[in-house]
Amino acid sequence: MPTARLTTLGPLLFAAGFAFLLATLAAGLPFGAPPMTVGQAIQGEAAATVGAANFVTAVVLAYRGIDTLGELSILFAAAMAAGLVLGRPGERRADAAPAGFILRAGADLLFPLLLVVGLYIILHGHLTPGGGFQGGVILAAAFVVPVLADPGRPPEHRRLAWVEGLAGAAFIATGLAALAWDHQFLAPLLGRGTLGSLVSAGTLPLLYLAVGLKVGAELTGLLIRMTEADGEAPR
Amino acid sequence: MFWIVLLMVAVMLASAVAALLLPNFLGAVASVSVVSLGVAGLFVLLRAPDVAMTEAAVGAGLGSLLLALALRRLGLWRLEVQEETDHADR
Repeated sequence: MPTARLTTLGPLLFAAGFAFLLATLAAGLPFGAPPMTVGQAIQGEAAATVGAANFVTAVVLAYRGIDTLGELSILFAAAMAAGLVLGRPGERRADAAPAGFILRAGADLLFPLLLVVGLYIILHGHLTPGGGFQGGVILAAAFVVPVLADPGRPPEHRRLAWVEGLAGAAFIATGLAALAWDHQFLAPLLGRGTLGSLVSAGTLPLLYLAVGLKVGAELTGLLIRMTEADGEAPR
Repeated sequence: MFWIVLLMVAVMLASAVAALLLPNFLGAVASVSVVSLGVAGLFVLLRAPDVAMTEAAVGAGLGSLLLALALRRLGLWRLEVQEETDHADR
């Protein structure tokens, strides 16, 4: 059948063309020699102007803070759309079997460890690799694991929504305070501090805390809704 | 260094092909997660630990969990491959 042959050949043709395109691009670009020079300039002056030992955080929150705000908005819109599609919260499976002893004990064991790791990654985002997004995902994992182990536990969507909204509002409020104080939206305030100490880089750790709490609450709500909204699924 | 990268790329390619060929959907999700983990390792070798952490947390962890939960929602969460009669209604 020619149509069946076309459906099998089409993706292959597309993949071959895409590989050719990527190979052409890779052949044209010198590896290890970035065409942009702004990175070197930021590396040279980020520690002195922003005070963050982790240059990536200096870029994400200080030089490109409004991009991060856009990223948060996109995440919020995506989580809201997923919540709309997945339907009303609170419809639990009737036949949700209780998890076994090993899963329950493992969840109790993992919860504090994941909480500590997530908070560490968020609060040290301006010193070591990591930050609000990575730590927020780990926080979400910390709060989803007990729900997976105990499906009968009542959901806490209202509290999660409060945390998410307050964290997002805190991010914007910090930016507006910088706008009022320094005439620049999301400019780092509160001084730079000593490079490499926990209290340094001004408002950057506070911004990353807000990002972490927002991402964590958002993804926890999304995943919990994903676990509970499967009541009407065909078996 | 070169041989480590070669091994990781080989493992990633093998699990990417396995994700296409595995009849078990849960196994396919697990092999997609292995691909993400290999990408995270390559990011570490390229000295981009921030991106590596994001890839490991989002790509290997959260994305696979989301796919697995979607499988459960669709009723395809099975640990063993079904018999031939079951393939007709998919």
